[in-house]
Amino acid sequence: MFYRENGQFKTSYAADSQILPIRQDRIGMALLLGVAFVVVPLLSSEYLLRAILIPFLILSLAALGLNVLVGYCGQISLGSGAFMAVGAYVAYNCQARVEGMPLIVALLAGGLGATVLGVAFGLPSLRIKGLYLAVATLAAQFFVDWACLRLKWVTNDSTSGSVGIAHLDVAGFSVESPAARYLLCLGFVVVFALATKNLVRGHIGRSWMAMRDMDVAAAVIGIRPMQAKLSAFAVSSFIIGVAGALWGFVHLGSWEPAAFGINRSFDLLFMVIIGGLGSISGAFFGAAFIVVLPLVLDKLPYWTGLPMDTATASHLALMIFGALIVFFLIKEPHGLARLWATAKEKLRLWPFPH
Amino acid sequence: MGPFLETLIGGLMSGMLYSLIALGFVLIFKASGVFNFAQGAMVLFAALAMARFAEWLPALTGLDGKLVVNALAFVGALAVMVVVAWLVERLALSRLVNQEGITLLMATLGIAYLLEGAGQMLFGNDIYKIDIGLPKDPMFLFEQTFEGGVLVSKEDLYAALIAAALVAGLSLFFQKTAIGRALRAVADDHQAAQSIGIPLSRIWVIVWSVAGFVALVAGMIWGSKLGVQFSLSLVALKALPVVILGGLTSVPGAIVGGLLIGVGEKLSEAYLGPALGGGIEYWFGYVLVLVVLLVRPQGLFGEKIIDRV
Amino acid sequence: MKKIGGVVLDVKNISLAFGGVKALTDISFDVREHEIRAIIGPNGAGKSSMLNCINGVYQPQQGSVTLRGKTYRGMSPRQVAEMGVARTFQNLALFKGMSVLDNIMTGRNLRMRRGLFWQALHLGPARREETEQRAHAERIIDFLEIQAHRKTPVGRLPYGLQKRVDLGRALAMEPSLLLLDEPMAGMNVEEKQDMCRFILDVNDEFGTTIVLIEHDMGVVMDISDRVVVLDYGRKIGDGAPDEVRSSEDVVRAYLGVSQ
Repeated sequence: MFYRENGQFKTSYAADSQILPIRQDRIGMALLLGVAFVVVPLLSSEYLLRAILIPFLILSLAALGLNVLVGYCGQISLGSGAFMAVGAYVAYNCQARVEGMPLIVALLAGGLGATVLGVAFGLPSLRIKGLYLAVATLAAQFFVDWACLRLKWVTNDSTSGSVGIAHLDVAGFSVESPAARYLLCLGFVVVFALATKNLVRGHIGRSWMAMRDMDVAAAVIGIRPMQAKLSAFAVSSFIIGVAGALWGFVHLGSWEPAAFGINRSFDLLFMVIIGGLGSISGAFFGAAFIVVLPLVLDKLPYWTGLPMDTATASHLALMIFGALIVFFLIKEPHGLARLWATAKEKLRLWPFPH
Repeated sequence: MGPFLETLIGGLMSGMLYSLIALGFVLIFKASGVFNFAQGAMVLFAALAMARFAEWLPALTGLDGKLVVNALAFVGALAVMVVVAWLVERLALSRLVNQEGITLLMATLGIAYLLEGAGQMLFGNDIYKIDIGLPKDPMFLFEQTFEGGVLVSKEDLYAALIAAALVAGLSLFFQKTAIGRALRAVADDHQAAQSIGIPLSRIWVIVWSVAGFVALVAGMIWGSKLGVQFSLSLVALKALPVVILGGLTSVPGAIVGGLLIGVGEKLSEAYLGPALGGGIEYWFGYVLVLVVLLVRPQGLFGEKIIDRV
Repeated sequence: MKKIGGVVLDVKNISLAFGGVKALTDISFDVREHEIRAIIGPNGAGKSSMLNCINGVYQPQQGSVTLRGKTYRGMSPRQVAEMGVARTFQNLALFKGMSVLDNIMTGRNLRMRRGLFWQALHLGPARREETEQRAHAERIIDFLEIQAHRKTPVGRLPYGLQKRVDLGRALAMEPSLLLLDEPMAGMNVEEKQDMCRFILDVNDEFGTTIVLIEHDMGVVMDISDRVVVLDYGRKIGDGAPDEVRSSEDVVRAYLGVSQ
């Protein structure tokens, strides 16, 4: 009885097409943002921020980017780790080679670098489709893996093969403390989520979905397949690139190419699918699932009190992870976002059954 | 010329082994439309089973002869793979029948993680040996024509021959037998196949078992070369470009693709590698596939996708 | 009384084959402005293939299509769309993942110009453009009487309503030439009457030239101005509905040769 829309009439098209048309949703979102920006940094422990919330935010951003490509435009990409890597390394090179480069600019430059790669790999998508495209994107993954390892200029001639960030600050304010890092990531996430939502409900978003649902019909309507696919690749890789730069700069501090390997790509894809294809909130649900699950699984032997050595525990964790993925895909192939939407539907009728 | 021939022959043989793994992918895709990301994990699981059975059998039964022990271990591992196939079909596939391609792909990835974890938990996670009597010493061919002769690894040669035999057998199986025909019908259209009485679940168990058999042979050969360890499951990632190059649905395509990529990798590593800093093998197959797909989007032998509106 | 104008679409000697299968052989006919031209024929006669050739989805091996003076054999569907041609599909190529409103809005895509940056901000120009196009789409929704379903995902609607959405999407393009591929297939009598009414209204109010593939002879005879008959990829009749109905060739094609 709290989630009723009674009395909320829309008298203009602009009002009808806003992001949160139901007043209760708007209040909920305001509360969520208030908690996220104010309460969480004040009350959270350093561990919570460093190990859970910051990775969650950055991976949500990456999943958001991937969802644009896979969920909204229907192009399967298995090489998202490579885009994160390019973002991180381009941002690093900008910062290391240019005196006094502002952090935000370096991060965005990382995104642009990833965009170049994204558009380059978007071009084949005009001819290659489906699974063939998926495997073709692996070419990006492996090539970038190799380039970051072997090409000296990528790592700014680092002798150890790994690169590190000395010091973070935004316009003079130091961003070293976990709370400050958290707020930086949160800022990026909110801005990008809003921008993506706007793109998705406009004509560009519709052209993406049209390409996903039926590309021949889309061409007949007058949608330019090339523009639609390339814009999806460009937007998607920009977001993933910025996420990669954030991952390297803010979360890891120093990294090697292995940080962005194929396991990262699979993780992102899991997030998008379990979270829900074609939904902005899905990226967040999926990232939460994938970030929290390994932590829970690691603690599982401890909680159940069973004696288990670490090797067995990690194998068990792997098994449970795989089993949960399969279980989830069977139960709700449209992801957590769909579960949430169904729950909200039921909430609208509550306390009545139908 | 000698070194070139060496590299070429080496490439052909490693290519044959890639084809073997690629076959597993093609089989499952042909018959169920599922791209089985778990094929690599199946190779590992099968190899682990065989290695450990070969270890445990002498202790349990007192048998001694290498041939007998290995044969029994092989059969045992095969039985295990059939059980795995049955479980996968029962618990996962049958419930995901109508989902889209990407969902099925992710499901097989989940199955891969499951198998990797289960395999290591059941059979251990050290490096194990498989010794099926493949000779490890090299042989030298064409000693008259080229100075010093062309170095050919006997082990690789035997492995390539086994792989070739398996591939030929499977091609015949698909083309000539009734079951092969049923498999192709199922790949074309699940519902139509069901409506003419083809038992879908049984077909899928058969297909995954055959893929398991292929995985076992591949695991046996690769395991005997490299030792059975976790990285074996990553070999499948090397076979992916082979599958795509040949076209997802073509058995001869898997063979040709494997040979091309095997040779290409070795040659590029030898001749381009030094210029680019080495390690080209890592991505050469994939980039080659990308280039070919730009010209022929359905792979070399794949079926052309016609969009009907 | 409707004024029928000059020739806007001229199909000349179109031949189309898929591998060994000849879908169309040497088809020629013309379509005049503001008229309703029906294409009829038994199943497999090549009617949809003919529309696909006009539309750019298939490239015929021979022949040409002249649309408002511009001659082509293989234009991309998008270029044809830009020339003011819209179509519906026999098998409903709707975007299943989107709502009715969104599907119809995709039809406005050609007119929406604001780039990525403005779209992402959703302020000012992008917002105005979105609202304008929404108004246009809503007019079409009113016209087709599907207001109650505008936010429903298309995949959940019954078949008859989906067909209307397909028509709505084509109308959203404000076409001067509308190609309808069996718009009434699978409908009951009432739905057919509604659909006829919509087609006639479109032709009447907007002057849209309509090429219509249809199996229901009653509908064809009632609403079309001229008819083309295809059989096995060949043209066997061309003229006013009454002429065609009594032509021997046509009767034979539909009913078979009497023994």
